[in-house]
Amino acid sequence: MPIDKRVASAAQSLEGVGDGATVFISGFGGAGFPNVLIRALRERGPKNLTLVVNSATHRYSLTHELIDANLVRKVICTAARGHTKDPSAFESRWMEGKIELECVPQGTFTERIRAAGAGIPAFFTPVGFGTELTAGKEVRRFGERDYVLEPAIAGDLALIRADTADRYGNLTFRYAQMNFGPVMATAAKLAVAEVRAFAEEPIPHAQVQLPGVYVDRAVAVS
Amino acid sequence: MTPLNRLQITWRAAQDIEDGEVVNLGIGLPVHCSDYLRPGVDVVIQAENGVIGAGPLAAHDKIDTDLVDAGSRRITLRPGASIVDSSWSFAMIRGGHIDVTILGAFEVAANGDLANWDMRIANRGPLVGGAMDLAACARAVWVIMEHVTRKGAPRLLERCALPLTAVRCVSRVYTDLAVVDVTPHGFLVREIVDGMSRDELQAKSGAPLAFAGDCKVLTAPPIALPE
Repeated sequence: MPIDKRVASAAQSLEGVGDGATVFISGFGGAGFPNVLIRALRERGPKNLTLVVNSATHRYSLTHELIDANLVRKVICTAARGHTKDPSAFESRWMEGKIELECVPQGTFTERIRAAGAGIPAFFTPVGFGTELTAGKEVRRFGERDYVLEPAIAGDLALIRADTADRYGNLTFRYAQMNFGPVMATAAKLAVAEVRAFAEEPIPHAQVQLPGVYVDRAVAVS
Repeated sequence: MTPLNRLQITWRAAQDIEDGEVVNLGIGLPVHCSDYLRPGVDVVIQAENGVIGAGPLAAHDKIDTDLVDAGSRRITLRPGASIVDSSWSFAMIRGGHIDVTILGAFEVAANGDLANWDMRIANRGPLVGGAMDLAACARAVWVIMEHVTRKGAPRLLERCALPLTAVRCVSRVYTDLAVVDVTPHGFLVREIVDGMSRDELQAKSGAPLAFAGDCKVLTAPPIALPE
């Protein structure tokens, strides 16, 4: 991977992405959706994808385009409910049994991704103990409390949104844009960031919010 | 007998928030608690998307689409705010750094079990978000809910019927009719609205209620619900 992470187009940033990939997509609460990259992925058209995304569909995100294009086999998420009265693109396929769902508590979701990027294969968490979302998982008692064993989630591709990138792939984020972006980049074989703009000079070290060692390609989209 | 309206319930819960606490307010009704803090009480409102120090909603001409809370509301920052990523935000929650979370609920059991994430709506996908993390790991979990369902069924129960969010986690429940603590011996009523008898409240509850020796009248100032 060259030290200069900048690429010219979203299509170029996805070179090498193939069928069956596990794809992280950042964004939460309306901020940090990499919508240019999501659309480029749909145009590239790899099939049988597993999406790892906070919301299967969200009114500010374009993940529904991937689902509508029948590129998605499975979704790992914390929110699978659509925001309109009618079922979402995800919900209708899920009800027809055409798409698999793994619903995960949000802190467990992000920690499972963090773990993969930090060399931890699994961890114990108290969250979800005694609920149907952890049914069948290994439970162990530490002290006075019961904990559930949760496996890491590693990915082939991370699509994240940031504010600026320099040539080294160092990133800055605006406000709540950060959310899942940093951990997703750490846990994917290929981490791609779409940014508002490239920084012409190296970003000052104290302003770097994600070191470029975690970013493979960056594309400016505005 | 006048039950509290929904905003009056949030007002009552907000009265118990102490100065300096780190508070996470659930999506929906609980976020309004920040409007009713006692004078002189300043808190850090943690939003699980990583905003540490969430402020009031942004004015229309000050909206920034990247500055949102966990409910996608366009907000402002309080003085002293910071923003972290989701993993740090949830490490903060799991690590016991949230003093109080105030959550909506469908059901609460006498042992503190909480059901607030899945109503078993037909043909809709599940939505858990950060509910399980907050319920399992905040230092105090308070619930705001109407005392009975729209059909009149009790929400305070011996055992939750709906899928659990977390076990033995709720310490206090604020309803339109009462303030109820969850104790090792079950529900203990701390306050009850004027004009309602203990028997009437018990009849609207699905588990035995005990009444505190100093059980008070539950009151709130008039607060109009938005149109």
